[in-house]
Amino acid sequence: MDFGRVFNEAMPLLLDGLKLTVITSLASIAIGMVIGLFVCLMKMSKNVVLRGIAGAYIWIIRGTPMLVQALMVFFGFPQLIQLTINPAFRMDALTAGIITLSLNAGAYLAEIYRGGIMAVPKGQSEAARSLGLSQAKTMMKVVLPQAIKFSIPALVNQFIITIKDTSILSVIGMAEIVNKAKTYVGSTYVYFATYAVVALMYLLVISILMIISSYIEKKLKYEAKRGKRHRDKH
Amino acid sequence: MKRREVRDTVTNINKENKKVVVTNLHKYFDKNEVLTGIDATIYEGEVVCVIGPSGSGKSTFLRCLNKLEDATSGEIVIDGYDITDKKIDINKVRENIGMVFQQFNLFQNMTVLKNIMMAPVSLNKMTKEEAEQKAKELLRRVGLEDKADSYPGELSGGQQQRVAIARALAMNPDIMLFDEPTSALDPEMVGEVLDVMKELAADGMTMIVVTHEMGFAREVSDRVLFMADGVICEEGTPEEVFGNPQNERTQDFLRKVL
Repeated sequence: MDFGRVFNEAMPLLLDGLKLTVITSLASIAIGMVIGLFVCLMKMSKNVVLRGIAGAYIWIIRGTPMLVQALMVFFGFPQLIQLTINPAFRMDALTAGIITLSLNAGAYLAEIYRGGIMAVPKGQSEAARSLGLSQAKTMMKVVLPQAIKFSIPALVNQFIITIKDTSILSVIGMAEIVNKAKTYVGSTYVYFATYAVVALMYLLVISILMIISSYIEKKLKYEAKRGKRHRDKH
Repeated sequence: MKRREVRDTVTNINKENKKVVVTNLHKYFDKNEVLTGIDATIYEGEVVCVIGPSGSGKSTFLRCLNKLEDATSGEIVIDGYDITDKKIDINKVRENIGMVFQQFNLFQNMTVLKNIMMAPVSLNKMTKEEAEQKAKELLRRVGLEDKADSYPGELSGGQQQRVAIARALAMNPDIMLFDEPTSALDPEMVGEVLDVMKELAADGMTMIVVTHEMGFAREVSDRVLFMADGVICEEGTPEEVFGNPQNERTQDFLRKVL
């Protein structure tokens, strides 16, 4: 089945790809979480303009395939910039990939945060406001910490999607796992074993993420229920 | 101590200091008029209970007093600040008005101690150390000093409500609003919360209490307001309202609940 051959010949290549996949995923998740938070707060603000911008952003990202977004970020917008502002403008595949994935994750994460915020009972913010806290402080101290907790399952889901979506970035020539694998099978025709190893690598990365997240989720539950013991330990 | 002289020694009321003055308050939810013209004055140290049937606007009236609900028209003056004026910093006014909710609304993500310390610390009223000391003192006052490190979910309803009272008191408010504080409690826990409120009343706190506890209203309040259909139909001392109600609606209501 050629697994031995793939391990010998393609492993260094695939591990290189894996490294890039992990780096791209982590960067995009981190940036996407920040974008998502701002977009979510914009969408929930009283200001019509901010709400409009956030709504349009979410609408465009959710309404177009990520493949097209990647092509736009890597080929489309750079050409537009070359034609209008700076003819020497260049963007490398990694940057374009991270921008695409971050923007994509940001839109979905914004809606996940919003769901989490709406799940916090209204009485929580009323209590904070009644004590004299501003809306911003109420958000930071009371609403968001609880909203994040409610959002964890959906957040993890989005992280997994983001990791898997890195594979789409092979179309703009980013040297992640799938791209590396395609290069290898192009010259060797070892399809089954190579793509099986690729699949296993994704499975491994995502399993690690799931283990970490279930640990965090358990810990948060523990903290809420057995708060006393938890504090005593520290 | 001029205050002491004008203060009625039995009831703590200082008639020279109007804490709350409400004039012709109207409140609409969409097209539904919930408050149809309320006038009320509440003095320093006074304990006022608001009673009346469900849907009469009692809670809405109370929630207008710290602007959790915006008044549609009319004037609400708290300690000299007209809170219906948009230029007034409502957060500053709220610092002096404690509120206790039917559903307790303790912050689920914080321990009991942190619940009480949070507002004074994050509003720079106290240092962390001062706030912690104050919180422990308040917990002792409501009889829950051993629950400082518990989370709200670990407490009974009665205990949660006592913590909620302590949390409101941590800001040193001079007015306390209670929105049906015992309505969500199991019957055996009502007493412990009412006891804390009675002590507070005896200490001279200005209190406005929306309640269905007629016994409490009768025993503790200086004045009872009876509300129906968005207006105050009748007001007077507990003896007057409970003993000799003049308004037909009051008579009807009291016949049903007593």
